[in-house]
Amino acid sequence: MGEMGESKPIAIHRDWCKGCGLCSAFCPRGVLVLNLGKVEIQNSENCIGCGLCERICPDYVIYLGRDIYG
Amino acid sequence: MRIELLNKYFKMDQLPHIWCPGCGNGIALGAAVEAIDNSTMDKDKICIVSGIGCSSRASGYLNFDSLHTTHGRAIAFATGIKLANPELNVIVITGDGDCTAIGGNHLIHGCRRNIDINVLVFNNNIYGMTGGQYSPTTPRNARTSTSRQGTVERQFDICKLSENAGATYVARGTVFHYKHLIGLIEGAFKNKGFSIVEILTPCPIQFGRRNKTPEPADMMRLLKNSTSFSDDGKTKIGVFRDEKEPEFVSEYIKLLSNEGDISV
Ligand code: SF4
Ligand code: SF4
Ligand code: SF4
Repeated sequence: MGEMGESKPIAIHRDWCKGCGLCSAFCPRGVLVLNLGKVEIQNSENCIGCGLCERICPDYVIYLGRDIYG
Repeated sequence: MRIELLNKYFKMDQLPHIWCPGCGNGIALGAAVEAIDNSTMDKDKICIVSGIGCSSRASGYLNFDSLHTTHGRAIAFATGIKLANPELNVIVITGDGDCTAIGGNHLIHGCRRNIDINVLVFNNNIYGMTGGQYSPTTPRNARTSTSRQGTVERQFDICKLSENAGATYVARGTVFHYKHLIGLIEGAFKNKGFSIVEILTPCPIQFGRRNKTPEPADMMRLLKNSTSFSDDGKTKIGVFRDEKEPEFVSEYIKLLSNEGDISV
């Protein structure tokens, strides 16, 4: 499930996204944006791995990558 | 939600869930699952009971034995389950309407008995599923489908109500304060008695759209700004009561084992 990229600190399961905008509104680094009503990762290198998106997404779309989560 | 917990506790074939975009129920359920994972409870001895309403759909998404019961009766079913199988950890997931209106009597008598069940009330201040009617926790002046000019009724304070009715663990948190909320739910699981956690959660569709906050992010900010950990006039979040008192099922079992002594 999702694309658990090696270098990306977060992974998304985009099919489940309902486009509520909570992750994009609260991500402190502007990593998550909505495109055509679904979440997209932009500039993943800016991600600090705070995990806020993983906690706030009501639809369980976003996961901190295993590399960071450890 | 951490992917490990998703895989461990959710019925993956039932996802994505039915809740609307930006509904806080998914976050509240996530916090409950985190608390279950952190707790020392035997995971094979957990039973989830829910009533009717948006929040009550939660029981169907988890990999535990569960009962999706009738409107307002989750605590009544939970009482029966706990009495029949005292070794089970019974968790009720209910909403403000289900728990405090239709099920109001079950709530206060569960509190009064101090029966060892854990009640998580997803309080979104409205009846979501049935069409946006006002509930006992709808704030005064809020617009709903049954109060188009604003609600004139006063609200229940679920925590005060439960505390005064005898619940031994009473707490309030929000889906915005996620880590704090997990701790509150863990506290409920630790208490051997009636525990209730009121979880403030946004309903952007039925509540927000009628009350100038249709955007989930705005409802979240409102939740953040209208609550506080201290007594400053905002809605207080935290633990209000955590005390030991005789628990109904244990007392009942004691009585049964003493039966020979009291019958003449
Ligand atoms: S982990 Fe933090 S910084 Fe990275 S995308 Fe999520 S919210 Fe943004
Ligand atoms: S919070 Fe989740 S459902 Fe909402 S837009 Fe972001 S990824 Fe999609
Ligand atoms: S109606 Fe409200 S509470 Fe029900 S699923 Fe939609 S947003 Fe959530």
